[in-house]
Amino acid sequence: MAWLRSKLLGIVAVLVLVYLFVPIAVVAVLSFNDPEGKFNISWNEFSLSAWGNLCGVAGVCQSFILSIEIALIATLIATVFGTMIALALVRYRFRGRGAANSLIFLPMATPEVVLGASLLALYLNLRLPLGFWTILIAHIMFTISFIVVAVKARLQGMDPRLEEAAQDLYASPWQTFRFVTFPLVLPGILGAALLGFALSFDDFIISNFASGTTVTFPIFIWGAAQRGIPVQVYALATLVFALALVGTVVGQIVSSRRRRKLAASS
Amino acid sequence: MSEPRRATPVEDLNLVKLSKIYGGLAAVDDLTLTIPGGSFFALLGPSGCGKTTTLRMVAGLENPTSGQMFVGAQEITDLKAYKRPVNTVFQSYALFPHLDIFENVAFGLRRRGVKDVTGPVERMLELVELTSMARRKPGQLSGGQQQRVAVARALINEPDVLLLDEPLGALDLKLRRQMQIELKRIQVEVGTTFVHVTHDQEEAMTMADTIAVMNQGRIEQLGAPTQIYENPATAFVANFLGQCNLVPGQITGGDGDNAVLSANGFNFSVPRSRIHAAGSSAILGVRPEKITMYWADEPLPAGHNRLEGTVTDVSFTGVSTQYLVKVPWGQELVVFEQNLSLEELSRRGEHVQIGWAPGHTFALDGAEDITAGMGSHVVGA
Ligand SMILES: Nc1ncnc2c1ncn2[C@@H]1O[C@H](COP(=O)(O)OP(=O)(O)OP(=O)(O)O)[C@@H](O)[C@H]1O
Ligand SMILES: [Mg+2]
Repeated sequence: MAWLRSKLLGIVAVLVLVYLFVPIAVVAVLSFNDPEGKFNISWNEFSLSAWGNLCGVAGVCQSFILSIEIALIATLIATVFGTMIALALVRYRFRGRGAANSLIFLPMATPEVVLGASLLALYLNLRLPLGFWTILIAHIMFTISFIVVAVKARLQGMDPRLEEAAQDLYASPWQTFRFVTFPLVLPGILGAALLGFALSFDDFIISNFASGTTVTFPIFIWGAAQRGIPVQVYALATLVFALALVGTVVGQIVSSRRRRKLAASS
Repeated sequence: MSEPRRATPVEDLNLVKLSKIYGGLAAVDDLTLTIPGGSFFALLGPSGCGKTTTLRMVAGLENPTSGQMFVGAQEITDLKAYKRPVNTVFQSYALFPHLDIFENVAFGLRRRGVKDVTGPVERMLELVELTSMARRKPGQLSGGQQQRVAVARALINEPDVLLLDEPLGALDLKLRRQMQIELKRIQVEVGTTFVHVTHDQEEAMTMADTIAVMNQGRIEQLGAPTQIYENPATAFVANFLGQCNLVPGQITGGDGDNAVLSANGFNFSVPRSRIHAAGSSAILGVRPEKITMYWADEPLPAGHNRLEGTVTDVSFTGVSTQYLVKVPWGQELVVFEQNLSLEELSRRGEHVQIGWAPGHTFALDGAEDITAGMGSHVVGA
């Protein structure tokens, strides 16, 4: 009993991790499968054919690359504007600041179907041809709120005295931003950008409304799921997960190395 | 002592009718003050009296509600913070956590476009004895070291005025004493005006050439440490700078240089130069260490102020012994006696005489509140 109690936290943690990673593991395993029929849902035989020929199914790579492009551009634009909005909301007092602060949450709180449907209505009214640009505009719109919130949190955690010290040491407002505020907020901005990228890359609902006949990766998978998802999709998904994993691990190692180096030098 | 190494003469800092009002309450109230160039000036006062607000206005981080500020002949009232010949050492140091010590110190020079910063930065790090720490980040330094970086980062710009907002507040007592000496040494070496804010009266008296005692947004008294300690002008100053015996009475006459102040039926001599009362109503003041205890039958030096009383409390504090002596009208006066002899201490209940030289007596205005500044007193250990 005492043993169980002392290990309880560890056991629960492991169970939660298993719960989180089982679906991903299934996808990874099935990416090496050679399915019997059209549906890749039960293990049949080990095969590297999907991995050897990632673009082997018509449209899969085009949609994958399109989603990456949209995610990169949307993230870049949303990060620049989101950071500026966050700075304005935290550092300056102006009329309507309170309202702006709550309105920025609205897109996050609104159900995506509602956002998607209203965007579609807007686009049709404006007679904008649906496609790459309409998807991009939609993605910038819904990622920007998340970025504002993430950067704002970082800015609020920053000691305002640091900016005052910079001013006191002859830094103009621009130099204060360039040499003090920006470097200190940068980790927050990068984190926000990563989040924005992930949100844009895997968005289905809003994209589905805004895309017309253009096919992003999530839309491709959705379409393919009706007819049986090709193994290539499993392989690409595993690849994305592996890249994210490598990125995280490398980040951890670099930062812990740096910490150890700092500790050793003192 | 070496000559100050500044190239240009140091200008005075002048504050003229400076006020800062926060929501109807005056944090700084019509402050007029001249801080002589090159002096070590202490702004001393209890928490919330407006010290930080004053410094922030001088630094340009807060706009005054009214009034003006000058460095020499140059008005700085409306100058942006980054254009003022003034630098600040913040209470929390506010070192840039993402820059190493070298870059922290070089920050001001770089912003002003100085090309070669290596020489000046190395000299400044030498001055504060941190040469070996140049490539560390602020987070890897001890509190005392961070404090010295903050001083170096400000001083390297050779400001006309260096503002220090309780720079030693976060340090333990021993380090604080050490840094007090260090800061004083640096000030003498660079010759810049230091405006040092503190609520520790001992710190102010140890370091400063001139002290301004501040209370509720106003200056109560300004002068050399000995002057304001020995001859305080208000009850607040008397109590804030250390313990003090205060007895309300009346000025009833006198001859030549000394006036007679009578209180509760006893007469005391007070030098006229030490009377701060407007009318005849006055408060007698004498500091505990100025009073000597005598046995009941001992003769006192001629002309000394004298009282009889009963010892009600004795506490040994190491360097001195503190007695409470109950005098005829029932008040307990505090007396400090140095522990010079191995003789037996006076005991509780013992009947004694106490006396002090008239020159150590002062008189405050009778309208003063004799408890002013008592609660806000910081006891130095
Ligand atoms: N930004 C502000 N808004 C409103 N009131 C303020 C502000 N800053 C200071 N005050 C008020 O002004 C008064 C003086 O504050 P200040 O910070 O100058 O005190 P201080 O003498 O530095 O005290 P301490 O020794 O505690 O640092 C206080 O009553 C404080 O509450
Ligand atoms: Mg303060």
